[in-house]
Amino acid sequence: MPILEIKNLEVRFPMRGGELIAIRDISFSIDRGERLGIVGESGAGKSVAAFAILRLIGRPGYISGGQILFEGNDLARLSPEQLRQFRGNQITMIFQDPMMTLNPVLTIGTQMIECLQTHRGMGRKQARKVAVEKLRRVAIPSPEARIDQYPHELSGGMRQRVVIAIALLTDPAIIIADEPTTALDVTIQAEIMELLLALCETHQVALILITHDLGVVSEITQRAIVMYAGRIVEEGPTRDIIERARHPYTHGLIDALPERTHPGQRLNQIPGSMPSLVDIPPGCAFHPRCEHVTDLCQTRVPGYTLLDHARVACHWVAAQEQS
Amino acid sequence: MIAFFIRRIGQAMIVMFVISLIAFSIQDNLGDPLRELVGQSVSEAERQVLRDEMGLNDPFLVQYWRFLKRAVKGDLGNSYFFKRPALEVILEKLPATVELVMGATLIILLFSIPIGVYCAINPRSWLTKLMMGTSIIGISIPVFLTAILLIYLFSIELGWFPSFGRGETTVLFGGWHTGLLTRDGLMHLILPSIALSSIMLPLFIRLIRSEMMEVLEQEYIRFAWAKGLTRKRIWFLHALKNTLLPVITVGGVQIGTMIAYTILTETVFQWPGMGFLFLEAVNRVDTPLIIAYLIVVGLIFVITNTLVDLIYGLVNPTVKLTGGAA
Ligand SMILES: Nc1ncnc2c1ncn2[C@@H]1O[C@H](COP(=O)(O)OP(=O)(O)OP(=O)(O)O)[C@@H](O)[C@H]1O
Ligand SMILES: [Mg+2]
Repeated sequence: MPILEIKNLEVRFPMRGGELIAIRDISFSIDRGERLGIVGESGAGKSVAAFAILRLIGRPGYISGGQILFEGNDLARLSPEQLRQFRGNQITMIFQDPMMTLNPVLTIGTQMIECLQTHRGMGRKQARKVAVEKLRRVAIPSPEARIDQYPHELSGGMRQRVVIAIALLTDPAIIIADEPTTALDVTIQAEIMELLLALCETHQVALILITHDLGVVSEITQRAIVMYAGRIVEEGPTRDIIERARHPYTHGLIDALPERTHPGQRLNQIPGSMPSLVDIPPGCAFHPRCEHVTDLCQTRVPGYTLLDHARVACHWVAAQEQS
Repeated sequence: MIAFFIRRIGQAMIVMFVISLIAFSIQDNLGDPLRELVGQSVSEAERQVLRDEMGLNDPFLVQYWRFLKRAVKGDLGNSYFFKRPALEVILEKLPATVELVMGATLIILLFSIPIGVYCAINPRSWLTKLMMGTSIIGISIPVFLTAILLIYLFSIELGWFPSFGRGETTVLFGGWHTGLLTRDGLMHLILPSIALSSIMLPLFIRLIRSEMMEVLEQEYIRFAWAKGLTRKRIWFLHALKNTLLPVITVGGVQIGTMIAYTILTETVFQWPGMGFLFLEAVNRVDTPLIIAYLIVVGLIFVITNTLVDLIYGLVNPTVKLTGGAA
């Protein structure tokens, strides 16, 4: 039984010229302790989907349809006060840029202790002890001293460790991490990723990891979702996605990986670029860039073809499966 | 901390130097001091002798140096009109002005923060629109007009508050005449304080609102929501603390500026403070008094700015008082 189940989620942004549909028909689920990757080009709607789970989409965006079922509660329909009990408690988040995530005028300790006071009703002393303990878990040296410092006294990598420690404070069931290492120095990206993986494994926390790095996805996650122009185009076990991608777009993404390119050869970029949400082509949104395009692709949005443990939204794959 | 004070005192000295220079040039250019001292009957030759005796014919720098040496000792000359040391005359009026500025500051603090925060949190509410509209009007009406309107409405029509003077005052230790301890004194303080705050209050409301709206868009606020904190905690701790930082800096300067507005307010309300005295001194070309006023106001300015810097340094963890911003 999945711990989180998203059904037909749709998010819109009211704009001057009408409503922009940022993500549509997003459905997926995640089991207890499972790690799920969401990949796709910039603007595919990964962040919108991730933030929508806790109803944290930036104004003027709103959830225009679908369900977010967490242990039987539809987060999309809870009152703000009920929803607050889940935020930062059973479901926590790690943001992209640790330089912006922490409040500059509050100490690390204040920003940790408040979570435990809010969700666990702990007293200051006890909360502080738990906070120090979590800082130790994320390998912050001398946590008793660090806890009284302000964010600007810590390096970017250290700050992201603090953010991870905050995400772990309440022993959540799910952590949603939106590109947790892209803002960091290349040299410490791997370090932080390994830490996150280790913590999720030892604490049996489910992880939704958003990234455009397929390499990271293959190292960390068990299952992966590929998004294109606001829709899920393919989902399956990570190994299958990497080794036997079915959707032409996923193919393109994997072929574009630097390690798939022979030395001296040009990168295998997918021709063209992802359409902006205001002018998504009719039919399959990927058809103008697709080498297998048919008339059908230009007129009808493909449904999902179900395969073993996987699904693909592609007419070409559907035709192959039928024959 | 010590470095901070040395730096601040250095700055203060530069400011005071500039003010003294301005003050002194005024003395040199504003009318003829002799005319104030002696009558029409004194002949031109006698006047020249007097001028020589008083050093009025010495070169500018010599005169300025003499002025500075005495000024440092607190001797700014005798007021032509009161025939007493100008500084003494000014300082007698200081409590009235300080209490007026305090009253206005209190009004600003008490109202600008809650209203500014409310308007930032509820940008679409009709109350916000009303506040924003009213604040524009408040800013654009001159202080003296506000003062006259207040007097007309609350003194003449409604008769709630007295329209002029300080009312009953009591003397504190150190000879400070205060109007804060009697009901009558407080009643007299209310209208002038409102008038004086009438420009700064809307300014502060708008400042706090726009700062807070910017802060609310920050990533760390979104993270605070993601942590499931209560609205109260996010608005009044996470956001407000970041909002007030820039407001403190701007605010400190503005409160200094308010001293300038006291001239108008005090005049309309016949408030016996420094501003009222200053205007009278200008009318009488009482140069020593004008200079004393400028120097005292300059000092107040420097002191408030230093205090504001200190408070800012205490609230903002990224600023160390030893140096600049980290
Ligand atoms: N606040 C907003 N206002 C209007 N449109 C928005 C807003 N936030 C997101 N969008 C729209 O949603 C689309 C998807 O954005 P999203 O941030 O989810 O992309 P992403 O896949 O996370 O990309 P990236 O890899 O760059 O983070 C954007 O292209 C944009 O058109
Ligand atoms: Mg994103």
